[in-house]
Amino acid sequence: MRDSLPMKNTSATPLEAGAKRSTPSGGLQAWLPRLVLAPSVAISLFFVYGFMLWTFVLSLTSSRMLPSYDFVGFGQYSRLMANERWWVASTNLMIFGVLFVVICLVIGSLLAILLDQKIRQEGALRTIYLYPMALSFIVTGVVWKWLLNPQLGIQAMVQSWGFESFRFDWITDPDMAIYTLVIAAVWQASGFVMALFLAGLRGIDDSIVKAAQLDGASLPRIYWRVVMPCLRPVVFSAVMILAHIAIKSFDLVVALTGGGPGYATDLPATFMYAHAFTRAQIGLGSASAMLMLGGVLAILIPYLYSELRSRKHG
Amino acid sequence: MANVIRRQTPAARLFRGLLYGVLILAALFYILPLVVMLMTSVKPLSEISAGSLLSFPQNPTLAPWTKAWGEACTGMRCDGVGGYFWNSFAIVIPAVLISTTIGALNGYALTKWRFKGSELVFALMLFGCFIPFQVVLLPMAQTLGWLGISSSRAGLILVHVVFGIAFTTLFFRNFYVGIPNELVSAAKLDGAGFFRIFWRILLPVSAPIIVVSVIWQFTQIWNDFLFGVAFSAHNTQPVTVALNNLVNTSTGVREYNVDMAAAMIAALPTLVVYVLAGKYFVRGLTAGSVKG
Amino acid sequence: MSTFKKTTLALALAGAALASTAQANEVEVLHWWTSGGEARAANVLKELMEAEGYGWQDFAVAGGGGETAMTVLKSRAMSGNPPSAAQIKGPEIQEWGELGLLGDLNGVADAEGWDELLPDVVADIMRYDGQYVAVPVNVHRVNWLWANPEVLEAAGVEMPTTLDELFEAGEAIREAGFVPLAHGGQAWQDATVFESVLLGGQGSEFYQQALVELDPEALGGEQMIDALEDFKRTRELMDEGMPGRDWNIATAMVIDGVAGFQLMGDWAKGEFTAAGLTAGEDYLCAAAPGTEDAFTFNIDSLAMFRVTDDEELEAQQALARLVLEPTFQEAFNLAKGSIPARPDLDMSEFDSCAQQSLADFQRTAEEGGLVPSMAHGMAVRADVQGAIFDVVTNYFNDADMPAEEAAERMVSAAEAASF
Repeated sequence: MRDSLPMKNTSATPLEAGAKRSTPSGGLQAWLPRLVLAPSVAISLFFVYGFMLWTFVLSLTSSRMLPSYDFVGFGQYSRLMANERWWVASTNLMIFGVLFVVICLVIGSLLAILLDQKIRQEGALRTIYLYPMALSFIVTGVVWKWLLNPQLGIQAMVQSWGFESFRFDWITDPDMAIYTLVIAAVWQASGFVMALFLAGLRGIDDSIVKAAQLDGASLPRIYWRVVMPCLRPVVFSAVMILAHIAIKSFDLVVALTGGGPGYATDLPATFMYAHAFTRAQIGLGSASAMLMLGGVLAILIPYLYSELRSRKHG
Repeated sequence: MANVIRRQTPAARLFRGLLYGVLILAALFYILPLVVMLMTSVKPLSEISAGSLLSFPQNPTLAPWTKAWGEACTGMRCDGVGGYFWNSFAIVIPAVLISTTIGALNGYALTKWRFKGSELVFALMLFGCFIPFQVVLLPMAQTLGWLGISSSRAGLILVHVVFGIAFTTLFFRNFYVGIPNELVSAAKLDGAGFFRIFWRILLPVSAPIIVVSVIWQFTQIWNDFLFGVAFSAHNTQPVTVALNNLVNTSTGVREYNVDMAAAMIAALPTLVVYVLAGKYFVRGLTAGSVKG
Repeated sequence: MSTFKKTTLALALAGAALASTAQANEVEVLHWWTSGGEARAANVLKELMEAEGYGWQDFAVAGGGGETAMTVLKSRAMSGNPPSAAQIKGPEIQEWGELGLLGDLNGVADAEGWDELLPDVVADIMRYDGQYVAVPVNVHRVNWLWANPEVLEAAGVEMPTTLDELFEAGEAIREAGFVPLAHGGQAWQDATVFESVLLGGQGSEFYQQALVELDPEALGGEQMIDALEDFKRTRELMDEGMPGRDWNIATAMVIDGVAGFQLMGDWAKGEFTAAGLTAGEDYLCAAAPGTEDAFTFNIDSLAMFRVTDDEELEAQQALARLVLEPTFQEAFNLAKGSIPARPDLDMSEFDSCAQQSLADFQRTAEEGGLVPSMAHGMAVRADVQGAIFDVVTNYFNDADMPAEEAAERMVSAAEAASF
């Protein structure tokens, strides 16, 4: 079976690793790839790792409004650990991140499977599922804030239909508000996951499925046993993209709940912003950024490693 | 998967009915907010406060749209979001072109000209996807200051290119991995060089992934707010900044209809791109498998 | 509208010809005066500048009481090209001054006699290290109670003068079918109500000790617990839809006769004025219950940054001068709802609420009771303020948290924040 999605991560065996032709420009040709990559690598080193390092350095200082280099060891980190709001934000990221990724994967794959069944209006439906990704998170947040407003939105509408006791005021409830973030984010991103899965499904060789059918397996069983395992690369790409959205979720929180009620829907990104900028606590903000990045890498590196390594087959 | 054998029993028919039912319900869920936005943007203000969110407009009017485009107040200026539209294009188009080109060359170099450590290089570059922009705001500001391009269009374009490269490289690299190496090694045997092979062999088949990359980058950069507000001068502000100002500029009564119209205007280019090019997007993601 | 269009065209042309930062006889002003009344008011300043031949590059960044604007300002400062002037207030002016980024306005101050003109409490905030670095635009009073007289009449209540009366009136209003207290559940609004309730219930001396001096005993003691409990009680007066609501939507509830009261600073008056209502007739104003002898102030100001270009410097100085001149002071404050920063202004154009405000300002300045607003960044540093916000808003939204625990958290908030 040819698993050749553009989004996958196979390691095809390098036939021409280090191949040097004995042409006059052989030497240059060997170096050209490195030269071409060099600017991007330099940019990565400076703007990504360099900035991360700078943030780390700042997290060891007592910087307030603008950076200063007055070192205080790990004092900012201990302040962070004692900060109630930070723990709320971190827990929220766990809840939000896991729910968001899992629900998007489930909905995305389900919709893709359903759409793959020779549906008549597939193009239109696909566009409808996909378009939310085009919107900025600010727009999504604003619209969903409206829809979830008990006075103006869905609760009011259903109540006006006669269901007087219907309640959907999660957004005003400190315990439930985080789930409103999940709803809005899933709405935005699940269509994209669906597109990824659909592309993956289309790339699967029919003969394998036909063979399974001839063996007497039912359609759902085929999907579960044969198709899904082939889609592992798609799941990988989807998880990478979804994880990046979850970590960077800032605009959505600001637009949908403002971090509230209270700070019940705070996330590390908004925590960092509030402290580094609004509260002129760059030292503390940098420490929170380091922990946030550290947590993310701690989860992603093993995942990346396992996925990139297990590309020995097919 | 579309050509598998299907049985036509009554159970299968029922299943099909359920299938459509689920798909349509899902479609309603996705389209509801857009419908609300559109309906609200053509209602006069009186209807908004009187009716509920989903009530049909009784007297639809395009006045909110014209106001949002040319007259609404974004701070002290009251000339709508129209002008900022072009600012956004001026930023997005160069940034998308540059980051896509670099990503393509990177993906090509990483997959067809492997060297020791190229996988590591790729993995290292990948982490650029995960940096939250708030974290890099201040160091970026300082860097732009050193380069002398802070508060300028060039600075903002640089920022977007820098943080877009990780994604475009990811897309192109994954795509080019699926292109058989034999094509490239045959060309090398013929004596073709690095750029020639790219231009002659890879670029012609890259259309699908170029579409994917361009759509992704266009959306990300067009919808960006934070970099746009921090690194632009008052006359190079993108439309997201204008929208934020407009929505937060209320004169007593919040003009929801104008707000929604402005949000739609700001979202129009990306929406158009997704609606028109959506199928190419999926095709781009599928393309690897459609080979000879 | 044509002035706007003309100026926009001029700016666009200027912008096309020059670089993006202010040059020549121009100032670039960063602010967040974006809501209708404010924007009109700020526009007066722009026109005054232009009348004198100076240019005004407007850099409005809306949102959240200036949060985004401040982020942009810091980013600009980091990159080495701050704007000419920015809307900075309170202790934050001192922090910018410490960084050495602010310019010297003593020339203008001496020429215009600011030392004699401004009350001490105002002038102190505008100075860093003996030099004037900022110019005050207005004086807001935060401890106001706004009311809709029709709602009050329908419920048969009077304007409350103590917290207990407020709660009683609230019950009556609720029974008459209105919302007693319009409120928006955002951290700064919660804090505004909190500080007014604390001031009304415990007095200005306690306020000074707890929220300005951050005395741990005051923060953790019985009086604080009482204040917190009073504050939690106000929740009973609010409606369900209040979380996340913007302040001006809450004011609109009072304007429209949906709600009876609002506890908000005098910028709410700008909304009443914009709706064409008259003070004393269509709406009522009074000191927040229990605070007739106190005045919580919040002073907006424009801080000037150090510039090297002579022409820009000249424009900056002109800006500073024009801000404190009677023309702008009158126009701005009439539109914004605040009182002028210069007490010698003829107040006959101002409505009864403003005149009352000025009288109270002068009285409390002499007799005591003039306190800086904690909720609006006048009393303590941003990080302490933020930490207190966290405690207050969390307590307000948590049905189970007892006041004692909140008081303890206040103490640790004040400690942990100072580094």
